Amino acid sequence: MSAPAAGRFVGQAVRRREDPRLLTGHGSYVDDIDLPGMLHAAFVRSDLARGRITRLDVDAARAMPGVIAVLTAAELNSGHGSMQPTMFQSDPPLSPCAPLRPLAETDVRFVGDPVALVVAESRYVAEDACELVEVDYEPLPAVVDAQLAADETTELVHPELGSNVAQRVESPPNPELDAAFDSAAHVVTETLVQHRHANVPMETRGVVASYTPATGELGVWISTQNPHEVRQTAARFLGVPEQLVRVQMADVGGGFGQKYFTPRDELTVIAAAHHLGRAIKWIEDRRENLLASNHARADRVTVRLALDEEGHLLAAHLDHTEDCGAYPVGGTGGIGPFAAMLFPGPYRIPKLGFRSTGVWTNTCGRGAYRGPWMLETVAREEMMDLAARSIGMDPLELRRRNCLRTDELPYTTAGGMVLEHVTPSETLEQAVELVGYDAVRAEQAADAGRLLGIGIGLYVEPTSMASGNLGVETATVRVLPSGTVTVHLGTGSHGQSVETTMAQVVAEYLGVELDDVVVVQGDTASAPFGGGTGGSRTAVVAGGAARDASLVVRDKACQIAAHLLEAAPEDLDVEAGRITVRGTPTRGVALADVARVALNAPLELPPGIAPGLEATVSYQAPPITWSNACHACTVEVDPDTGTVEVLRYVVSEDCGVMINPMVVEGQIAGGVVQGIGGVLYEHFVYDDDGNPLTTTFLDYLLPTAAEVPTIEFGHIETRSPTPGGHKGMGEGGAIGSPPCVFNAVADALARRGVTVTEQPLTPSRILDALDG
Amino acid sequence: MSTLPIAMTVNGEPRRGQVEARKTLADFLREDCVLTGTHLGCEHGVCGACTVIVDGAAVRSCLMFAVQADGADLTTVEGLAEPGQLSPVQEAFREEHGLQCGFCTPGFVVSVHAFLAQNPTPSRDEIRDALAGNLCRCTGYQGIIRAVERAAASMAG
Repeated sequence: MSAPAAGRFVGQAVRRREDPRLLTGHGSYVDDIDLPGMLHAAFVRSDLARGRITRLDVDAARAMPGVIAVLTAAELNSGHGSMQPTMFQSDPPLSPCAPLRPLAETDVRFVGDPVALVVAESRYVAEDACELVEVDYEPLPAVVDAQLAADETTELVHPELGSNVAQRVESPPNPELDAAFDSAAHVVTETLVQHRHANVPMETRGVVASYTPATGELGVWISTQNPHEVRQTAARFLGVPEQLVRVQMADVGGGFGQKYFTPRDELTVIAAAHHLGRAIKWIEDRRENLLASNHARADRVTVRLALDEEGHLLAAHLDHTEDCGAYPVGGTGGIGPFAAMLFPGPYRIPKLGFRSTGVWTNTCGRGAYRGPWMLETVAREEMMDLAARSIGMDPLELRRRNCLRTDELPYTTAGGMVLEHVTPSETLEQAVELVGYDAVRAEQAADAGRLLGIGIGLYVEPTSMASGNLGVETATVRVLPSGTVTVHLGTGSHGQSVETTMAQVVAEYLGVELDDVVVVQGDTASAPFGGGTGGSRTAVVAGGAARDASLVVRDKACQIAAHLLEAAPEDLDVEAGRITVRGTPTRGVALADVARVALNAPLELPPGIAPGLEATVSYQAPPITWSNACHACTVEVDPDTGTVEVLRYVVSEDCGVMINPMVVEGQIAGGVVQGIGGVLYEHFVYDDDGNPLTTTFLDYLLPTAAEVPTIEFGHIETRSPTPGGHKGMGEGGAIGSPPCVFNAVADALARRGVTVTEQPLTPSRILDALDG
Repeated sequence: MSTLPIAMTVNGEPRRGQVEARKTLADFLREDCVLTGTHLGCEHGVCGACTVIVDGAAVRSCLMFAVQADGADLTTVEGLAEPGQLSPVQEAFREEHGLQCGFCTPGFVVSVHAFLAQNPTPSRDEIRDALAGNLCRCTGYQGIIRAVERAAASMAG
């Protein structure tokens, strides 16, 4: 049976079903969990970046009334399996992962390294007891500068690994690449710095873990993006049989990658519950979240571009160093080689070379943050502007000369990526039209004194990447006797509106009313195995599974209805929960009646039809589903204060068939503002000794409503080859915006002959640049 | 540690408690009153997620001790509309996609209630300034700003 024409629900900006409970304070976040007899935990963390522990005295803390236990490495570190995520389980390891352990043993390796865990009857008492834990350290020189760490110090972050180089990958020697640089009319070289960011979900991390020795059951309630990964990791780590581990997540207050894997601290609390045979809650405080959850970005890259006389790109080379911190979340945390392979993006760049170095430092570990590989877009798009100015060409014209046209697709980039079903030229033109590019250039020319700037960020985004288990999702679509439909998914929605969008998909393809569909997710006891929510994959992968399962159920419902109606299945329509004979709408049966027969009166079923009305279908997505977008913005720099005002911000995007345009625009807007914040305000700072200086919201500055522009949108819809035609788009806003904002400010400053190559563009950096 | 008796009105209902002097109002509401809609995003008075209305003024319940609210009249996010209903502000947030993960949302909704009570016809710039005391990481504030405009218009009738 062919699929119905999409459109009754898919593509509609329907209101979210998450909202009523969240708006009235009836959401259920992990800190809202309260189990009988539940204890509360707080960590004692290192306040030194690197040092040997010479004394750890927990006696006074243990003696404090209300304290149940003070756990150290002696209690928690032995007898456990790997704490690394499933994706990084290989024997032998692909690259040297950080030596993760629950609590620091002989030494500490960053400020925030957990040394002890206090478990008490209340959080107040737990924090009081933390003050009584005495730790003496012998300070050691901290390795803080990633550039120096790689080659120029004998101080090792992880002595057992023998090197501060976490990974180093270099493209093979390529005489053609060298020749391209040697013979090019223009070679432009710059070193770009992207500073250290923090993810900052508004809900910090948190977990409640409960272990029952009598049954061996481990219950985990956790703020996560990926409940099945928590279950796998906890089972592997503790040696608890997987079937006895039940992980539940309800509402989650954002993650942006931070909660995709199962971090060390959460596993430590789970281990404590296992050790004590009790229920324990740990809710991270904001200071911990800023200094000890994960950091991101922290890249330095030297880019060389070769161009011919007319500005056609001939070759690119990247030398990239990324700061992995001490304990990155997931393997080495390094993404350098992948970023390099993505560097050509939407442009014709025939030759590509790179060297990528990931480095351990005595800082908070690197982790995924919305578009973890996005250095490629930052480096490429900032270089496009720098190169354009260097050869005396407008940055828009340089992009136009090099951007792939639709008629050139499929196109295999020098990074080995096969681009298809993308529209970079179309989004580029739509964005510059929307922002009024030529008018802005005219406005600049009319007033040489104003520091008005315009910037572009153009990119293609690899969404729904099918590495590991990420290309597959499973959906169970089940019709209840009432006619209500449940769809069970392995997703882990933490703000992405999955309860709404996946219900739209099921309502569309099954042919029922939206209000009759309920999305069930987040509980390993009821959700099919899946890869959670992250990597811009839900629309494509979970959406594909939900669609396919809906069609199987629809097909079966039609077979039963055909029997009841004495019609042929192929002559039936399903709409609004009713199955009717095409052309005779009065001749029909409600899906609820079909379900009643299938579930409660199976003897009435036609021969050969099994009882029940549900289907479980797994969907395997293509290796990569590309989406693309172009951002353009205008800014004005105040030459007296160095502050930047973003005047206009435009996004033209192509995420294929939108399930819910309101949600698409909401996702993009959130990412854009994270990018604006990242370039202009946010900066996690360490001093030379590895002391964090920005551990409150008074120091780590997030953008507020007062600073953000109104974001304008243009949409181009090119179907992806997946069944629903969708593409991922959750991360793109945060990928395109940093170079877009950076380029706009750089464009403004270029009017004074000033070049900037480092983020963040704070007032002091801008004033320093203007003062020359 | 010794405790003190307190009494206050929360969402129109009398509440009594016996709390340590150091217990924050936010923890009292969440733990003693089981009103978990008040969220803690920073516990240092910047993010605004814990905003509640105390005697008509929007305050950060993470920066106030429960004992300081003794005798006060409080409204939390749970008390802005009848059960099963949405207030005009809440309805506008839903219409304009003013929330995603929802964690900061109670603070925004409560702040906006207090703001519109003081300034029923705000300009867009006034709205932006009024919202600057609350942090959201998901929406880029786009839908929130629109929601305040919509709520103001709908409440003006």
